[in-house]
Amino acid sequence: MLEINNLRASIQEESILKGLDLSIPAGEVHAIMGPNGAGKSTLGHVLAGREGYEASEGSITLDGRDLSAMDTAERAAAGLFLGFQYPVEIPGVSNIQFLRAAYNAQRKARGEDELDAMAFLKHVRQFLDTVGMGKDMLHRGLNEGFSGGEKKRNEILQMLVLQPRMIVLDETDSGLDIDALKTVAGGINAMRSPERAILLITHYQRLLDYVKPDRVHVLAQGRIVRSGGPELAQELEAKGYAGIENAA
Amino acid sequence: MATAAELENMLKRREYSAGFVTDIESETVPPGLSEDVIRAISAKKGEPEWLLEFRLKAYRRWLKMESPSWAHLDYPPIDYQAISYYSTPKSMADGPKSLDEVDPKLLETYNKLGIPLEEQKMLAGVAMDVVFDSVSVATTFKEKLAEAGVIFCPISEAVQEYPELVRKYLGTVVPFGDNFFASLNTAVFTDGSFVYVPKGVTCPMELSTYFRINERNTGQFERTLIICEEGASVSYLEGCTAPQRDENQLHAAVVELVALDDAKIKYSTVQNWYPGDEDGKGGIYNFVTKRGDCRGKRSHISWTQVETGSAITWKYPSCLLRGDDSRGEFYSVALTNGRQQADTGTKMMHLGKNTRSTIVSKGISAGRSDQSYRGLVRMTEGATGARNYTQCDSLLIGDQCGAHTFPYTEVRTPSGQLEHEATTSRIGEEQLYYLMSRGLSEEDAVSMIVNGFCRDVFKELPMEFAVEAGKLLQVSLEGAVG
Repeated sequence: MLEINNLRASIQEESILKGLDLSIPAGEVHAIMGPNGAGKSTLGHVLAGREGYEASEGSITLDGRDLSAMDTAERAAAGLFLGFQYPVEIPGVSNIQFLRAAYNAQRKARGEDELDAMAFLKHVRQFLDTVGMGKDMLHRGLNEGFSGGEKKRNEILQMLVLQPRMIVLDETDSGLDIDALKTVAGGINAMRSPERAILLITHYQRLLDYVKPDRVHVLAQGRIVRSGGPELAQELEAKGYAGIENAA
Repeated sequence: MATAAELENMLKRREYSAGFVTDIESETVPPGLSEDVIRAISAKKGEPEWLLEFRLKAYRRWLKMESPSWAHLDYPPIDYQAISYYSTPKSMADGPKSLDEVDPKLLETYNKLGIPLEEQKMLAGVAMDVVFDSVSVATTFKEKLAEAGVIFCPISEAVQEYPELVRKYLGTVVPFGDNFFASLNTAVFTDGSFVYVPKGVTCPMELSTYFRINERNTGQFERTLIICEEGASVSYLEGCTAPQRDENQLHAAVVELVALDDAKIKYSTVQNWYPGDEDGKGGIYNFVTKRGDCRGKRSHISWTQVETGSAITWKYPSCLLRGDDSRGEFYSVALTNGRQQADTGTKMMHLGKNTRSTIVSKGISAGRSDQSYRGLVRMTEGATGARNYTQCDSLLIGDQCGAHTFPYTEVRTPSGQLEHEATTSRIGEEQLYYLMSRGLSEEDAVSMIVNGFCRDVFKELPMEFAVEAGKLLQVSLEGAVG
């Protein structure tokens, strides 16, 4: 589903991604782990098409479509979702108003009918229990005054509502207590399907106790230096990144 | 994702959809201002002697006054002899007796503006007065209002029909010598709306006036007077548009509100006068004096304004809090773009005991526009227990615009309390990126952030108009992208 070949990217003239290859088939969950500064978050932003994060070389395709030709909104409509490590606050815009605008913008871009307010509310409500959010959260400003955990759960709610095909979650587990971590994991597991692929970007192995990955990759110095099954995460937890980097 | 420069570009010029001219024959007094012109206007309107004297007194005072120079505005001196002070569509010369007699071209104009005058098509529950250049062309729902005892009519008609009411209140809130533009207005005002809500009556519907400047080289000097007797209440909305013309046109209005004991007046404005082109050519000069007098105990006056138009805005809707326990409020959204300049804010004058005021000002500056908030909160010695809350937020789009805040406070009572909060922010790349990553286009993302920023003010608008105001901002930001 997602194919990344020889991806190179520089941020403010510093080379961050140095020939990254990654292939994630539909139906699989992959995890990318790596030390701080390895380029994990950069990869997320390059995939989402953030300004200043353009690939200088290589290719990224989603379902065979070249992502580099699309802007951020078009990538979202094509089915790509990036869960943010630090979700942004938009004061005065209610969560539900934002969700509906985003949902309908994507449907419109795909030539589908937009949902009216009532139908959309019904669509959203089915996911509230999964993320442990009350209806009141829908009417608060988007991430406005949300705690760290609430922001992360709100990212998961957005993912559930938008039903993307390719999900990239950037350190969604960071800063969560154990209950919130389980809730977030529950949301991610609910999205596992043969039509979908999920990429978890994480620093720790902890999330992977709850969301079992099919493949684990180690990103270090801008490249995938090792790939393996779930047992690789265990090994990293035991040995740390230093050993892996040296081995590479 | 937009860099500052791209955002700038995207907002460069929005389409002004109300910019058409109605081709209609009109009777316009030749440009120039003199006692003869004032006498001519007064005679045309068949005014009583006292009103003519009132006008002349203001004119003589005005001659000795100077145009104010303290505002943070930059514009060439206005030639008051080049302006025509009275213009009326010719077919209106004898005055229409009913809507059926109104020139179809005029009706078409208002239809184009989205203001259908045929009553059956009107927004349910909103009565409307329409002022075209210098005269009122139609007032709807008059009978229904009359049943409740509410008077809603052009002020020129009120002068004829209810002279004692007009004489009792006109000029008591904004005196004839108040300021340069108010004095000019007093000398030459032509029409505007008059509202009178008798004791204990809650006006059964929203009242609304639409102002339209059509004629070239014409100034619009409307005068609005709203009186709420004891325990009465009314919600009033004004909207404004003008054609797209290369030369600047002057608009100098005066609005006076009087609230007696326990009365409540809510006054909302959606102002979309033509702002001029990208290089600052043309557009309306909007110099307006608006003041509400909380004359009675526990009276309450609330100003809400959404200002997106005009080349120059000079406007400070104010409250005189004279009655004990009276309340004044000012909620404002001002959006400037292109070369627009706005110096706007409010004055809250606390005179009575335990008076309260709230100021919420949201300024959005884009393009190469310049915007200032100027607010005065004064608490006199007698205003024991007075309280004020001021919140003043600026949002900048691009890096060539300006936002300034000039808060003034004068507190002479030890028990007075003041709270002031101010923020300045810029639409951030991170916010846009976040919204776009969920599928929103760049222009929708900008519009969503701006609307969220304005929410505290929009929620104060009457329901129908809150939607309209949101759309107006969206259009203002949208048109420029494509």
